Amino acid sequence: MSSINEINEPDVFVVADNILSPLGKTTAENFAKLRENISGVKQHTDVAISPLPFFASLFDKGEEFVKADEHNYTKFEQLLIASIADALNGSGVDVRDKKTVLVISSTKGNINLLENEAINDELKERISLSTSAKLVAEHFGFQNQPIVVSNACISGVLGVITAARLLRSNQYESAVVAGADVISKFIMSGFESFKALSPGPCKPFDKEHDGLNLGEGAGTIILSTNHKYAQNIKVKGGSVSNDANHISGPSRTGQELAGAIKNALQEANFIADDIDFISAHGTATVYNDEMEANAIAISELQKVPLNSLKGFYGHTLGAAGLIESIISIRSLKQSLIIPTIGFTEAADPGKVNVGTAPIRLKANNFLKTASGFGGCNAAVIFGK
Amino acid sequence: MLTEKYITGFCSIDNGIVAKDGVAIFGHQGDLPGLLLAAYQHLQLSYPKFYKMDNLSKLGWLTTEFLLKNTFNPGDYRPEETGVILANANSSLDDDVKYWESIKDVASPSLFVYTLPNIVIGEICIRNHFKGEQALYIQPEFNAEFITQQVSYLLNKNIIQACICGCIDVFEEDYKAVLFLVEKKKTDTSVVFSAEKMDEIFNKEA
Repeated sequence: MSSINEINEPDVFVVADNILSPLGKTTAENFAKLRENISGVKQHTDVAISPLPFFASLFDKGEEFVKADEHNYTKFEQLLIASIADALNGSGVDVRDKKTVLVISSTKGNINLLENEAINDELKERISLSTSAKLVAEHFGFQNQPIVVSNACISGVLGVITAARLLRSNQYESAVVAGADVISKFIMSGFESFKALSPGPCKPFDKEHDGLNLGEGAGTIILSTNHKYAQNIKVKGGSVSNDANHISGPSRTGQELAGAIKNALQEANFIADDIDFISAHGTATVYNDEMEANAIAISELQKVPLNSLKGFYGHTLGAAGLIESIISIRSLKQSLIIPTIGFTEAADPGKVNVGTAPIRLKANNFLKTASGFGGCNAAVIFGK
Repeated sequence: MLTEKYITGFCSIDNGIVAKDGVAIFGHQGDLPGLLLAAYQHLQLSYPKFYKMDNLSKLGWLTTEFLLKNTFNPGDYRPEETGVILANANSSLDDDVKYWESIKDVASPSLFVYTLPNIVIGEICIRNHFKGEQALYIQPEFNAEFITQQVSYLLNKNIIQACICGCIDVFEEDYKAVLFLVEKKKTDTSVVFSAEKMDEIFNKEA
């Protein structure tokens, strides 16, 4: 239809990235820990978060991520700032350029502020994701109003897709996409109420999978259409869908996530065979893993090596899509696919090819998937 | 050539009044829960899930019902061809506060699930069997230009063929909903889809 339009569409390159997690403050530190099979998930006893001991990947209590200053940034904002600062360092991207935009992804942002104080106008303003985005944008000197994505557990992937679309349609030249979430009693109690938490370290796609672990972290991916990055890995395609089935349970068939995968492949001008590995959502809840395995099998990707990184990071909510994409970008560069810790025997044999050991593989492209409450699904493809 | 795109209908719920294509069709004096219930009863539907929704989802669901009634022909599109792209300022804070108060007793999963602002999209998609693209953005003020850009991308590239977009916002008694139906076909009452037109309609309904 719009062939002329498509010819003029620029490629979107990955300029730089950062992961800030309990495992490390840079992508390199994080990848090194994963290569050593070290997980951030531990048992914690903290009655401020949960009355009972729980397994999660959390930062040390009271840890500061940026130097104390007059702004009183919250932990959520500190994570974003520290992650963005490291990603920007040496990237060559000018945040003060009118052609650069900031995209923030988060599931619950500053929601922990609600735990200590009754709601009033001041708190309402302080808790708002728009306030955090503005503070972060001002910290770095971004000129444009930031874009904020809050779409449950696909927020991180949707942030990348939104940014790639803005760049492809020449609205901006560069985008800094950053996501973060902080685990507090609000979030923990909610997942507990759903009986969605595993009593131990999570076991994605394993036949004994019994729930997820929560995790804290931030991730940043800087994207640009500038040709000086033309040798870099690209965002090849991405798409989003809705199950139209249930607000708190995924599709029974996986058809809708498969639909998002199909559209992402189409945008990349790929067939299933072009995908060399998959970074799945893999929360380790029975419902999620089953749906995702179905979607992958429908997409004829059942033989493609797949991992879930939730055993290393827990479910980092709005940061998950970014952190897991960044690790996978590193896997492309180093030809090393990270295994799925917690997995031993497949719950859905024949539908997913889950790795238990690191795989040396010269890969060109990978698929990242995510799904969340509200029936949302997202798929994005990165490649050389 | 860019695809031609038209606003084939719009609907608002604001200040106690439901208006379709700029014409008031229903009014109710009273608080927001009263308005939502009265508007639901006005539609004379049986949709028991409505009663379980939080106010944000009720507001978005109802606005969509009024928007689509006598305007949208579901037979025109496959499920994956209709998208829902929404924005608001207050995220799910209205339900966040209610959930947090509830946990002093027993944490309620039925309140927790609504502590995500995109659940309203899920409710609209379930009701109408929409399986296409969807996104929820947080904006301090409705940013018609950004929404137009995202929706146009999806329609121009034939990722979807129709889209419901706009703003659904609730915090306590402070609420406003304005939704637009955007399609690639011209109708007797349609107007060309643009940020300026969305802004004009959005601000008129204020």
